[in-house]
Amino acid sequence: MPTKNIAGKDIQVNEEGFMTNPAEWTKEIAAEIAKEEGISELSEMHWKVIDFCRANAESTGAVPTLRTITTGSGVSTKEVFALFPKGPAKKVARISGLGKPEGCV
Amino acid sequence: MKTFLILGAGTGGTMMANKLLKRLDPKEWKIILVDKDEAHYYQPGFLFIPFGYYKPEAVYQPKKKFVPNGVEFILSDIELIEPEASQVTLTKNNQVIHYDQLLIATGTDIHPEEIDGMLDGWRKNIFDYYTFDGAMALKDFLKNFNGGRVVLNIKEMPIKCPVAPLEFLFLADYYFTQRGIRNKVDLLFTTPLTGAFTKPISSKMLGDVMEKKGIRTEAEFDVMEVDAAANIIRGYDGREFEYDLLITIPTNMGSDVIKRSGMGDDLYFIPTNKETLRSDKYENVWVIGDAANLPASKAGSVVHYAAETLIENIMSALEGKPLTAKFDGHSTCHIVSGFNKSLLIDFSYDTEPLTGLYPFPVVGPFPLLKESWLNYIGKLSFKWIYWNIMLRGIPFPLPPEYSAAGKKQVSI
Repeated sequence: MPTKNIAGKDIQVNEEGFMTNPAEWTKEIAAEIAKEEGISELSEMHWKVIDFCRANAESTGAVPTLRTITTGSGVSTKEVFALFPKGPAKKVARISGLGKPEGCV
Repeated sequence: MKTFLILGAGTGGTMMANKLLKRLDPKEWKIILVDKDEAHYYQPGFLFIPFGYYKPEAVYQPKKKFVPNGVEFILSDIELIEPEASQVTLTKNNQVIHYDQLLIATGTDIHPEEIDGMLDGWRKNIFDYYTFDGAMALKDFLKNFNGGRVVLNIKEMPIKCPVAPLEFLFLADYYFTQRGIRNKVDLLFTTPLTGAFTKPISSKMLGDVMEKKGIRTEAEFDVMEVDAAANIIRGYDGREFEYDLLITIPTNMGSDVIKRSGMGDDLYFIPTNKETLRSDKYENVWVIGDAANLPASKAGSVVHYAAETLIENIMSALEGKPLTAKFDGHSTCHIVSGFNKSLLIDFSYDTEPLTGLYPFPVVGPFPLLKESWLNYIGKLSFKWIYWNIMLRGIPFPLPPEYSAAGKKQVSI
């Protein structure tokens, strides 16, 4: 498993840059991955979505889908796309230190 | 007398009624099967109707025909399930049924109203083919369609039969070629997935087939709205496409009764143990097929394989034994690709579709992830197998478990 230095720490990531151990995640790491994803600063709204995703993943064991995020976080789909443009579910998952959201076959 | 109540007489409910009747002691158990519709549809056949490849009457038969003597069939919608009280209220006469064991097989329905603006153009130049009515309406439209852009959109996953959108496009390519107007038709596939299909190897290989047939894919497209007046489909990321004909695979949701009963997740699918097929929450509630939230395909083959596990676990539970049978998410899907050919994929919870041979190594005879005529013959004969063997709960001479034998990893 490759590692990558993010925010001064060696973090385990997969080949697509998704963290593989959510326990290694910190807010500083989130901010740095967000920058890689083209989000220069994480606002309060960003955090609302990220916090929801982390809590949801912890309780369900699965990376939340876009629908789970929008129905559960109270942030509308339009807003989620504005906050995390282009593929928000994937982007949020990466910033939140979760695996890539896997669609089922 | 104890009651085994089955809700839904589709593929899963019917199959399980037949299996339970064979295994439960008739002196001890009464089996009741409830469904709101009289017709049983062979759903894989819906795909062929719009193109006139199947006649409508080929895809339905009376449900009662598949209900064995010894099972009580009640034709009614279901008002409410109250699992805490182990009772179900039917719509017909508000009849209340107390059950000892409950099997939920209420399936999934499409919800076009989940997409803003879609209903404005519904069945004018926007169609589904996941319902019998939709497939029939689309057939009438296609007859008079002489060229233009056909957009096929998937709203979100999961959907029933995840390969069906590809099959529709492959058959559309074939159909318009046969009519001599393929050069006047632009086929465009818009999908929220990252490619043609869900998993890397099959996505790449199916993507190649799409390209070869001149079908464009716009991946990671999340539809925001349909502007039916302007014939435009818009995504949240700003991409938009004009269409002359829009085929939609709308949001799939569990049955309304699951929503009313507060038993589902955010899409009203029931949280179910993916190995035992028992409800996560209630010891005497079992779930089979599309109604469950399993991370498997919503498809008849999954129901067929799952039924083998489920019957064993139900019998174990009734005998007070631990549930030892484990469902592995096994699924086998035909992908009709037009020109009398078809592809076959075979996979499970843990293993994505691979190339190789099915069901037996070396001799096959069916090649996996590859277009072939033999696969197509297999697909066509499946309709007979469905009506005559599968629904009647007769076991196949094939093991239900996924097998890695005969399969190959390919680099992509």
